[in-house]
Order: sequence, then C-alpha cells, then structure tokens
Amino acid sequence: MRYLARRALWTVVSLLGVSILIFLLVRLLPGDIVDILAGTEGQLGPAQRAQVLRQFGLDKPLPVQYVRWLWSMLQGDLGWSFRSGQPVGGLLLSRLPITIELALLTVLSVSLLAIPLGILASVSKSVRIKTLVQIVGLLGLSVPNFWIAVLLILVASFLFRWGPALIYVNPWSDPWVNLQQMFLPVGSLALGFSAVIVRMTRSSMLEVLGREFVKVARAKGLSAGAVLLRHALFNAMIPIVTVLGLQTGFLLGGVVITEQIFGLPGLGWTLLNGVYQRDYPVVQGTVMLFAGTFVMINLAVDLLYTYLDPRIRYE
Amino acid sequence: MSDEAAHSEFGSIPGPVRWGGSGGLRLLRGVRRTPVALIGAVTIGCVVVLALAAPVVSPYDPVAQIAKPLLSPGPDHLMGTDEFGRDELSRLIAGARVSLYVGVLAVLIALSVGGTTGVVAGFYGGWVDDVTMRGMDILLSLPALVLAIAITSVLGPSLTNVMLAIGIVYTPTFARVARGPTLAVVRLPYVEAARAVGASNLVIVLRHVVPNISAPILVQTTVSLSTAILTEAALSFLGLGTQPPTPSWGLMLSAARQYMLINPWVAVLPGCAIAVTVLGFNLLGDGLRDLLDPQMRGR
Repeated sequence: MRYLARRALWTVVSLLGVSILIFLLVRLLPGDIVDILAGTEGQLGPAQRAQVLRQFGLDKPLPVQYVRWLWSMLQGDLGWSFRSGQPVGGLLLSRLPITIELALLTVLSVSLLAIPLGILASVSKSVRIKTLVQIVGLLGLSVPNFWIAVLLILVASFLFRWGPALIYVNPWSDPWVNLQQMFLPVGSLALGFSAVIVRMTRSSMLEVLGREFVKVARAKGLSAGAVLLRHALFNAMIPIVTVLGLQTGFLLGGVVITEQIFGLPGLGWTLLNGVYQRDYPVVQGTVMLFAGTFVMINLAVDLLYTYLDPRIRYE
Repeated sequence: MSDEAAHSEFGSIPGPVRWGGSGGLRLLRGVRRTPVALIGAVTIGCVVVLALAAPVVSPYDPVAQIAKPLLSPGPDHLMGTDEFGRDELSRLIAGARVSLYVGVLAVLIALSVGGTTGVVAGFYGGWVDDVTMRGMDILLSLPALVLAIAITSVLGPSLTNVMLAIGIVYTPTFARVARGPTLAVVRLPYVEAARAVGASNLVIVLRHVVPNISAPILVQTTVSLSTAILTEAALSFLGLGTQPPTPSWGLMLSAARQYMLINPWVAVLPGCAIAVTVLGFNLLGDGLRDLLDPQMRGR
C-alpha cells in the first residue's frame, strides 16, 4: 500500500516536471512570446501587443504564468489552436481514439505472434536457434519502422495498386474498411517490435526453465507441454510484461512516424503538424498527453508486475 | 583489486575493462572470438572507412546534378540517381558521414553529461542522488522520439540542433547506467581502503570508480550509437533534422516516397544503409555485453 502511494505520488511529480519543461520550452523559443502564443508575426501594433500581453496574462511573472497555465490545463482548457481556432483539448480528444486503436492493435498482434514464437524457440537449446533468434531480435531493433512502412507501401502499390487512404474511416462506421486501413500501419510497427519480443520471451523462458521448480515438475512426470505452459510461462510473464511495458516508449515514438506516413490523423500526426505549422498550443497539449500516457502505462506495468509476482512486496 | 565480477544488492558488476597493455588486447581477442561482435565490428569498420574516405571513394559530387533523374543502377551510376539526377552511391557515402557525425557527437554529449551525473549521484548518494536522478526521470517520462521532436521544434531544424536534441534525450539513460554500478562499487572494500589511506574523492572516482564501471558504460555507448543514428534518420525523415541538400539517409528515404514507383531503388537503398549501420552497432553491443557481463552469457 505504501509502495502504491509512493508510486502514484511520483507519477504526479513526474508529470508536473514535464509540464514545467514544456512550459519553459515554448518560452525559450526565439522571437517575441506574443507572436509565438498568438501566432502573429509583425502584424500587431504596440497597442495590440500590450492588449495580447494582458489577455494572455503574459505581463505577469513566469511562475504566476505557469500556475495559471497549469490550472487551466487541469480544468481541461489546453488553449486554442492558432491555425484552426479549435480548442486544443477537444482536438486531441477527437484524435486520441485513432492512436489508441493503432497502439492496441500493434500490441495485440505482437503478443499473438511473438510470444508463441519465443516460447517455441525456448524449447530448443541449440546454438543455431539461439544465434538465429539473437540476430532476428537485433534486426528488429535495427531496421527503422518508417523504412518498413515505406517498403510495405511500395510492395502494396506494385502488387495491388494500393495507396494510403485519403480519409480515415473509424471502426464504428465501417469496421471492415477500418481494419483494411489499419493493416499496413500496424504491420509496419508490429514487425520490428515482434522481433525484439521473440528474443526477450525466449531468454526469460530459458531462465525460468532452468529453475528448481521446473526440474521438480519434470521429475514428477509432467508432460513437456504442461511444464512449459503451466509452470514456466506464468513465471516468465513477469519479464515479458516488463519488456512489453519498456517498449511503450518505442511504440509511442513509432506511432508518431507511422501515422504521418499513412496519413492517419491521430495524436502523432497532430503533433507533427503542430510542429510544422508552429502551432505551439497544439504541440504543448500533445506532448503533455504523450507524457501522461507514457507515465500511466509505466505505472500500470509496475502494478501488473506486483500482481503477477506476489513475492514482490515493495516495503 | 577485484578481478572477478563482484556481486551485490545492485546486481553484478563486471570486472573492469582494462584499456592499457594486455587488457585492451584481451578485449580485442574476446571480440575476435565472439562471432556476433566480430561481424558488428567489421560492419562498423567498413562504414567508418567509407565515411572517412568519402572524398576519395565517392565517384561523384553528392550534391551535383549530373545525370538524368531516377536512373536505375547501371555501369555509370552503380546505384542509380535520385530525383534531381544526383549520384545515389555518392549520396549514400556522404550520408554515412552525416549519420556517424551526428550519432557520435550526440552520444558523446549524453555520455559526458549523463555519465558524470550518474557517477556523482551514485558516489555522494543522499539528497544529491535523489534530486539529480529524479530530474533525469522526468526526462525519461517522455518517449524518446517525442522529446526529440519537442526539442527540435523549439531549436529549429538543423544538423547541430538534432545532435543536441539526441544528446539531451539519451543523457538520462547514461546517468542510470553509470549510477547503479557506482553505488555498488563505492561500498566495496578497496574504495574504503583508498579512503583510509587518504585518497581524495576525485582520485577515488577517477582511479577506482570509473575504471570499474567502464564495462556497462562501454556497452551502453555502443547500443546508444545505434539508437542515436536511428533517431537522426527518423527526425530527418520527418523534415526536422538534416536539411537539404545535405545528404542524410532519413531525408533521402523521405524524398523517395514520391518517386519510388518510378525508381524503387531510391526507397530501398537508404533504408538498407541505415539498417546495416545500426545493426553493426547492435551486434557489437550485444557481443560486448556477452563478453563483459558473465550473467548475460547464454541468453
């Protein structure tokens, strides 16, 4: 319980830290803060400038500005986009489901593909299998997912005259078309990711398979399958879950590029377009949301960890 | 002094990497006997030589428009030409220079800032440790690429800024890698002994701590080089990194998307270059980990 409280508190502190970082980053931008925050450049006279300064509270000292900014953010007010005039909060909320869908489908396909393969590879202790899995795992780390995406598009357009869709179809209006749209983006993310997870699964399975209780299970005459699935897999899940959790950062980063390449208007797409258009309220909001998601997933992984292994009693 | 790996509550500390005399040779011999590390080292070696010898070995000027655009590989242009009629091979070789330059300098930034922070935090412990490592954790609460995008969006896209951004992004990783073993080493008897004979903190850190944490740092440096090169390629691919006409693999791949149906090679070759180089560093890093950390052996 104490661990839980400390862990939750630390999550809040990290997010506060990130918010300070994001707040300061925008203020470090070259150029006049009025132009940056109002999206105007050389269009305002001195009187208008002063008005904007007052309106945005920019005449106050930095700490006051920060507290105000944080307070309105906590109330769900992330400011307005310069380019579209939309409230950033609503904008992000409408983009979030696409990113969640992409990420979940990726994790799902990785789990279905990589974990069974990793278990299969752990049955054999041959050096060849070990080296093969090692090299495949390293390839997964080395081949950039944006290249896989480009190649998939290339192959798809040569073979099927397929091109990235121009309009995103959400799964509620037409699940079939939506899945077709998601197939290549998910594939481009899942391939590299799976290669890494196969290797991790195998190595954690091997470690568990070497333990005493597995030997006991074997000695009492359990079949190889029962030993593998009932005794080894559950215990190996702890490192596998941790690794899946640790890769969230890679996944979220990959999502940004993948959405851009396939024209999926999710959070990553929103972030990049915010950056290209120097739409800082959008950039601030999206980065904050990415940080929130990342920190929450890490928290969830930690909690799952304690659940999977009751021996881990954090003081 | 401790030649075998020491074990403590902080995990195993591999023995020191001995650079001088027979130690460096022993490491080299180890690499030669580990096929994975050897392949990695040879690959990196080739890329480095190509990058250094670029002016001599590249057949054409990488930014000169000298032929018809989008030619397939042929005798005049071994790897074809890009959308502006520039020689693809020369651009790939020049791209190796950019990748290695950004990667190496970014990792040096992360290594020197992060490594120092980690050693200081682990050495002094207490509130120094708490404050610095919490600060580092905050940087880690953003996905690496998102943080890099945020930083370059503020600094503006350029080669130097990408290098800085990647350096900042990987600083906390080095701080963590340096801190753990430092915490463990500081409690070992030989540090106590050094303190007892009146060695100053600086001497203890430089002569006893740093050599003994060099193994995990060396592995981390190798692995970070691979991720730094990938991140540079990703940022350039997104238009936030290296700016045209400077040849960068990420940038070349990004431009290729529009022309790959005419000449697929422009989409295939830069990706191969990235993958091979990054794989080289990953293979070497993996092999070094096997060599230097006995606990990882056989995994």
